[in-house]
Amino acid sequence: MKYIDEFRNSAVAQQLIKQIKLLANPQREYRLMEFCGGHTHAIHRYALNQVLPSNIKLIHGPGCPVCVLPIPRIDQAIWLASQTEVILCSYADMLRVPGDHQDSLIKAKSRGADIRIVYSVNDALELAKHNPTKQVVFFAIGFETTTPPTAHAILTAQKLGLTNFKVFANHVLTPVAMEAILDSDEVNLDGFIGPSHVSIIIGANAYAQVATQYQKPIVIAGFEPLDILQSILYLLELINQGKTEIINQYSRAVSAKGNLAAQQMVSQVFKLRDEFSWRGLGSIAKSGLAINENFQGYDAEKYWQIPIFKTSDVKACECPQILRGLKQPRECKLFAKACTPEHPMGACMVSSEGACAASYQYRID
Amino acid sequence: MCLAVPTQIIKLLDNQMALTSLAGVEKEISLALLAEPVSIGDYVIVHVGYALSKLDEADAQKTLAYFTELLDEENYTQTRE
Amino acid sequence: MKLNFNEKVDLTIGAGGRAMYQLLNQLILQEFDNEYLAQQSDQAILPPLDGKLAFSTDSYVVSPLFFNGGDIGSLAINGTVNDLAVAGATPLYISVGLIIEEGFPLADLRTIIQSMAQAARNAKVKIVTGDTKVVEQGKGDGIFINTSGIGVIADGINLNSSLQVGDKIIINGSIADHGMAILSKRQGLDFASNICSDCASLHDLIAHTLQIKPQIRCMRDPTRGGLSATLNEWAHFYKIGINLHEQQIIVEDNVRGLCELLGLDPLHIANEGKVLLICAEADAHQVVAQMRQHPLGKQASIIGEITSLDDSQVTMTTTFGGKRRVDWLSGEQLPRIC
Repeated sequence: MKYIDEFRNSAVAQQLIKQIKLLANPQREYRLMEFCGGHTHAIHRYALNQVLPSNIKLIHGPGCPVCVLPIPRIDQAIWLASQTEVILCSYADMLRVPGDHQDSLIKAKSRGADIRIVYSVNDALELAKHNPTKQVVFFAIGFETTTPPTAHAILTAQKLGLTNFKVFANHVLTPVAMEAILDSDEVNLDGFIGPSHVSIIIGANAYAQVATQYQKPIVIAGFEPLDILQSILYLLELINQGKTEIINQYSRAVSAKGNLAAQQMVSQVFKLRDEFSWRGLGSIAKSGLAINENFQGYDAEKYWQIPIFKTSDVKACECPQILRGLKQPRECKLFAKACTPEHPMGACMVSSEGACAASYQYRID
Repeated sequence: MCLAVPTQIIKLLDNQMALTSLAGVEKEISLALLAEPVSIGDYVIVHVGYALSKLDEADAQKTLAYFTELLDEENYTQTRE
Repeated sequence: MKLNFNEKVDLTIGAGGRAMYQLLNQLILQEFDNEYLAQQSDQAILPPLDGKLAFSTDSYVVSPLFFNGGDIGSLAINGTVNDLAVAGATPLYISVGLIIEEGFPLADLRTIIQSMAQAARNAKVKIVTGDTKVVEQGKGDGIFINTSGIGVIADGINLNSSLQVGDKIIINGSIADHGMAILSKRQGLDFASNICSDCASLHDLIAHTLQIKPQIRCMRDPTRGGLSATLNEWAHFYKIGINLHEQQIIVEDNVRGLCELLGLDPLHIANEGKVLLICAEADAHQVVAQMRQHPLGKQASIIGEITSLDDSQVTMTTTFGGKRRVDWLSGEQLPRIC
């Protein structure tokens, strides 16, 4: 697989690890947060955490949209799916995520709700075309990477005059969440391994605030293991020299300004919400997107009076600390006991991208 | 994260669509998010059925050249030792 | 009256009357032809067997019914043959229960029956008894098949499970082919690929391997849940630690490609023509060499070993030299976008 396999070469990995070892100052710790679940997954999948010097601490951030979606929004999706006129389309990732009382979309499906797994939002559009008597609702989740396809689907629906296509919008923003983490006082981070595919859309410059205002270096890193190792190498250089720059390691896909056409589509269709709640992090101002008034015909939240659910996170769950890098998954009392991938109690266990799920799945006792 | 993989365009289709291939697995994807023109043989990074960007092959080669250099240096040191 | 294969299965076929008789005579008895089935009784009377018996049953529900490398028919025969063969048994007799949904095309039924017959001939098993039911439309997914099988274990074949640290884990080839062949054809995903299911009966490969009388501790066909499920079952049942070597596990390029696109781990994906075995360290290389002589074992290799007799976990040394857990799959394997 061209442009994948080359970035998984183990001989090169050994060299990069050697360089990292040379550069890592044994007198100090390097606390690096990988924001994206994709990085978390790759780090565990290739067991990179075990081959790095022990004073490099990788802290798993909240960059998994499935994990951070608050329980009440899942309850609302289940409510939508349970309406007789609705076909609810969802990415498969959301199906098993538990809402209130461990209910989930997959359970709603077994009760007779018409829920379809789609690979692309385009598949939901097709369903809307072929089911004119139904309301086809797309359960839109994801960061900046996944938002432009949703925006494009709404624009296409408008072009086609499809009136039975609706979107339940839950798209959220990355840099704002990074800043929210840095805003909490106790957080102790030396730098960020920055998002790969989010950055393709928003561009490397989007993290300027993180670098300048919060004085943290950030290296935008591809998701392949060599990308991650090379980015750690760059971060160590920056940290050793006390620099707070943005370096773009994933320059084969990410530009400084990002994908402007996609950004334009997003700003045409969506607007900022005053605030949006993140599971594990709480409410963050201007961190989520809602559908613009001009497109309200496609907004599931306008078409239905969706009840407001008020389920709160489990009290004993340490996700808020884990997502801020203050605790490791194993330090949570619930980890691997009450909280497992089969019965997740908190955000980080919900999807295989989550910090706890990755730690659980790839753990060595 | 957002699962996205580099796939190669093997056919351009109507309606801003293209057929792409990854290791012989073919899938129709949308080019609607790309402002820049793409042609057959180009690699695009695909997420949920949409190309997010064209892969800059020259840039990728630069990174890979650096990796090769690392390996060469190592071989050189080993021979000298 | 001749059966018209352009028609569809209707409820009269399952009702036991003339339509049923036609289907039996013009399709099933013809294709499955053997002396025991020809008795046309409610049971097959079989000759006495010499040795311990292996007896197994499995039900097959698969969507799509036809896929690259096989169909539900070949799957239903090979699956039960393999369940017998991994006990070291020579599979002999199979029963077939068909549950067909009203409206199912007769031509498709014929294809499936023919493919069962072919698979049975390849595996040298006889389909000796069976049953057909038709359910109303909407109450089945086209066709469901149950097969049960009997095999006999020859004297001298003794899989013993006195596992030792250092025992090797061996598999006869690439993993995840079947599961990904099915998934690539599943409705709504629309991937075009030449991924081919590994669906095959393993009895001959296994018999060939056992010829050298190796010290094999246990054998299993890693179907649903893939390699990780079978290894974790062993680790928990025998309370052993198993370590795999990622570098030694073969995944075909196109299978890897589709796994990348859908965010799936090949270790969790089903196989239908693979045998996984644990064998004494001293015999491991001979076993691999012996397997490689057989068409179904050309890519056989040692992929791991038993590392302890007291910790019930499966780990893998990654290509990067780190070690990580190989856990069971949680829930169903669904395509991911993140």
